[in-house]
Amino acid sequence: MARQHWVPEGTDQDTPNVARVYDCYLGGSHNFAVDREMARKAISMWPDLPLIMRANRAFLRRAVQFLAGEGITRFLDIGSGIPTFGAVHEVAREIRPDTRVVYVDLDPVAVQHSRLILEGDPLCRVVQEDMRDPEALLAHPAVAELLRPGEPVGVLLVAVLHFVKDEEDPGRIVRVLHDAVPSGSALVVSHASREGRPEVVEEHEELYKRTPTPITMRTRDQIVALFDGFEPVEPGVVYMPEWHPDLPDSVGPHPELMCGLAGVGRRL
Amino acid sequence: MLSPAVLGALVSTTAELLRRAHDDDPFDVASAEQAGSLLVEAHFTDSGVLARAVALLQSWPAADDRGPALTGAFAAGWSAALRERTLREQESMRLAVDMARKGAEKALFASEARFQAVFETAAIGIGIGDLDGNILAVNGALEGMFGAPASEIRNLSVDMLVHPEDAPGVWDAYRELITGKREHFQCDKPYYRRDGEVIWTHLTVSLIRDEEGVPRYQVAMLEDITDPHRMQERLRYQATHDPLTGLPNRTAFFERLEGLFEESTEPAARFGLCSVDLDGFKGINDSLGHEAGDQLLALVSDRLQSCLAPMGHLVARLGGDEFIVLLEHCRGPQEGIAVAQTVLGALAPPFLIGDQQLGIRASIGVVEQQISATTPGAAMRSADLTMYRAKKEGRGRWTLFDPERNAVAASKYAMSVRIPMALDRGEFFIEYQPLCSLSDGAMVAVEALVRWRHPELGVLGPDEFITSAEDSGLIIPLGRWVLLQACEQTARWAARFGSAAPRINVNLAVRQARNAGLLADIDRILRTSGLEPGRLQLEITESAMLGPRDPALPALRALVDMGVSLTVDDFGTGWSNLAYLRHLPVSGLKIAGSFVEDLRTAPAEEGDPLGQRIIGGLVSLAHSLGLTVTAEGVETEADAARLRELGCDWAQGWYYGRPARPGDITRRIAEAANSAAAR
Repeated sequence: MARQHWVPEGTDQDTPNVARVYDCYLGGSHNFAVDREMARKAISMWPDLPLIMRANRAFLRRAVQFLAGEGITRFLDIGSGIPTFGAVHEVAREIRPDTRVVYVDLDPVAVQHSRLILEGDPLCRVVQEDMRDPEALLAHPAVAELLRPGEPVGVLLVAVLHFVKDEEDPGRIVRVLHDAVPSGSALVVSHASREGRPEVVEEHEELYKRTPTPITMRTRDQIVALFDGFEPVEPGVVYMPEWHPDLPDSVGPHPELMCGLAGVGRRL
Repeated sequence: MLSPAVLGALVSTTAELLRRAHDDDPFDVASAEQAGSLLVEAHFTDSGVLARAVALLQSWPAADDRGPALTGAFAAGWSAALRERTLREQESMRLAVDMARKGAEKALFASEARFQAVFETAAIGIGIGDLDGNILAVNGALEGMFGAPASEIRNLSVDMLVHPEDAPGVWDAYRELITGKREHFQCDKPYYRRDGEVIWTHLTVSLIRDEEGVPRYQVAMLEDITDPHRMQERLRYQATHDPLTGLPNRTAFFERLEGLFEESTEPAARFGLCSVDLDGFKGINDSLGHEAGDQLLALVSDRLQSCLAPMGHLVARLGGDEFIVLLEHCRGPQEGIAVAQTVLGALAPPFLIGDQQLGIRASIGVVEQQISATTPGAAMRSADLTMYRAKKEGRGRWTLFDPERNAVAASKYAMSVRIPMALDRGEFFIEYQPLCSLSDGAMVAVEALVRWRHPELGVLGPDEFITSAEDSGLIIPLGRWVLLQACEQTARWAARFGSAAPRINVNLAVRQARNAGLLADIDRILRTSGLEPGRLQLEITESAMLGPRDPALPALRALVDMGVSLTVDDFGTGWSNLAYLRHLPVSGLKIAGSFVEDLRTAPAEEGDPLGQRIIGGLVSLAHSLGLTVTAEGVETEADAARLRELGCDWAQGWYYGRPARPGDITRRIAEAANSAAAR
């Protein structure tokens, strides 16, 4: 019997890959022609996208800085993608040098790339798991080790839940994670929202349908509901630039243009 | 993206480097280059950043003419760093892709290796072929089963694996599979091994489609069942052959006879039976001993076999000294008679048993009929009765079947005397025929119909023995037995299915009705069986209907008081005086099948045929008395539709189900209950 000819998911250079497209938006070169082509199309449709991605990256930095400042030294970064600039361990270690991070991604290339970068870092692990099966994710030895009872954990779901379809029940994923982490842990979420720029939502969703990771943009209520069971950290769920800005005027005049909504919650 | 602190540090470092490049003497090109590369390191990779920086530097007048050189050095530093960075990132990306791919390939290889191991070491034989029947791969177990190396099996084509004992339809199923019309099939199939031996396998063949759903391969899985198959064959042989003579036994013979009846499609096809019974065999057995008797039987069967098998006739031993011959294709009675004469001729020379010469003669009953005119059971009975006539007429001869003389003989055939013994031996059994509601087809009741598995006459229906049972009075114990069986069975249904269980109709002969013990019998039967009286309905034929002073009436009224209901069977065929309906507390009528038949045979264009008017009249009469009307002999959907229009309540007949064993009824109730639950 002839062997089935197939290419492992994510290593196919003819299909855009969400992690590599994200890298394009951030001005990186960890990408291929097909990724840049998709990024160009998306930007022509929605010129603010690189800014939105940067705003998201900046939110991640501020959230990690905030949690590190609160004493959290363990992070579970789910959907970490290609950890180029300002990765969680870099940001956190400026405040807490003993920070441990487990990066989780589904994409084998992102995982391999992360392993190359983090080779020799004894406090970081990279695992390939699918967050849509949170039980399996939690059972991974590196994750189980990180979640040893007693020490709170920062669970990062940054710009990733919008790749979970409604029928895959993102709420359940968060609940399972909630139940697995110790009290005092924190949930960090940023999520593409249907609000702010409703006129571009559909076209954008359409574009992502061509990737193996279609996007589902959600309403503010749906995003707020993801924090069920967590105590919101002030100011709650807001547009990304509004969350703990570095300086009062770094919010900018139109935070709603940075469509993503973001927030941090505490597990009681 | 950068925090204000990091950004601040970056700004002051680059500003200091540029200040040095701008002011220091001599002109420090490296500082300007370093400032450019720092920006790239801080992720300012957008070309817009360079454009703005160049514009800014150009507007900054220098003391000498180093301005353009400074700007150039800055831009060169920026772009060299960007190029370096880009190449580094691309390289790391390709490395990551490569590693991911290798990891996946390794996983694929591991999974392939696992499957290869499963394939190779599986205990069942597995073969993979293409859709042209070329065998592409086989595993070790299959090699072992065929006693041939894989290389040799691969030279075979699936189409070459035909075996004469292949089940009918196997190759049709195979062709449907390779043309994509079915996904798999299973069967037991024999194969020739390389050494010519036959192996029996339980075979499963599946179609493999590719990602687009196009059929590509076939996979056959073979389980060696040769030993169980041989064992089964052996058991079957034992079950179908007489150990003394090696001839087929009664079971095998009856199977073959039934097969002939089932396969017969030609309406004029005829067949013959010769029932052969040795004369005076008991005497030989008694005087010379069983051993001699057995030897004689073996010799007789050898002679019969050697003279009849070449003619293509099947000889079987039914038991004792009874043999039977089947002529599958007959052109007339003369052929049956010829066989009988052959048998008599073959038995004429004396047999040598030990040192004794023994003569034995036989009586033979010959039946020769159209297959369509009879049934296997009836034919066997006819042959038997015909043989008895030969015995009566002086033995050592054949007689030819005569329907009229047989009928008389049948009724006299010590039928009733055998009933008590038959009851003891458990020769009676009951079948149940559904009564269904015409409105929705639901099975509301079943009628108990007694059958007699007569050792000589085969299975007899009630018509064939109830009359003589009534004449002899044996109907009382028989009727009691039927009532008990039927009530117990119905109680079991009621316990299992509750309200979904059918009620039971049992026929009550007039002699039973008049029997003084009836009330006590029924009361006891209801109590031992635990059946609610309301579930029992007794059927009394109209012809047996009782007059106003009939002694049976008080008992019947008492039964109705107990909750048992009464119904009139064969309504419309008997006494036309309907007065009895007033003094007999019946709750239902069963319209005889002959009315329904009239309904069917009447030409449709006769708007309101007589049959229809009669049934309509009966229905309105019954309904005016508050009686339920059941139509018998309902054979088609059309019958049912007409009877429904005419207002009949229930129906019974082949359309709603033939008499069946209790297990079949149980299944039917369960299915109805399930589908009701599903709704």
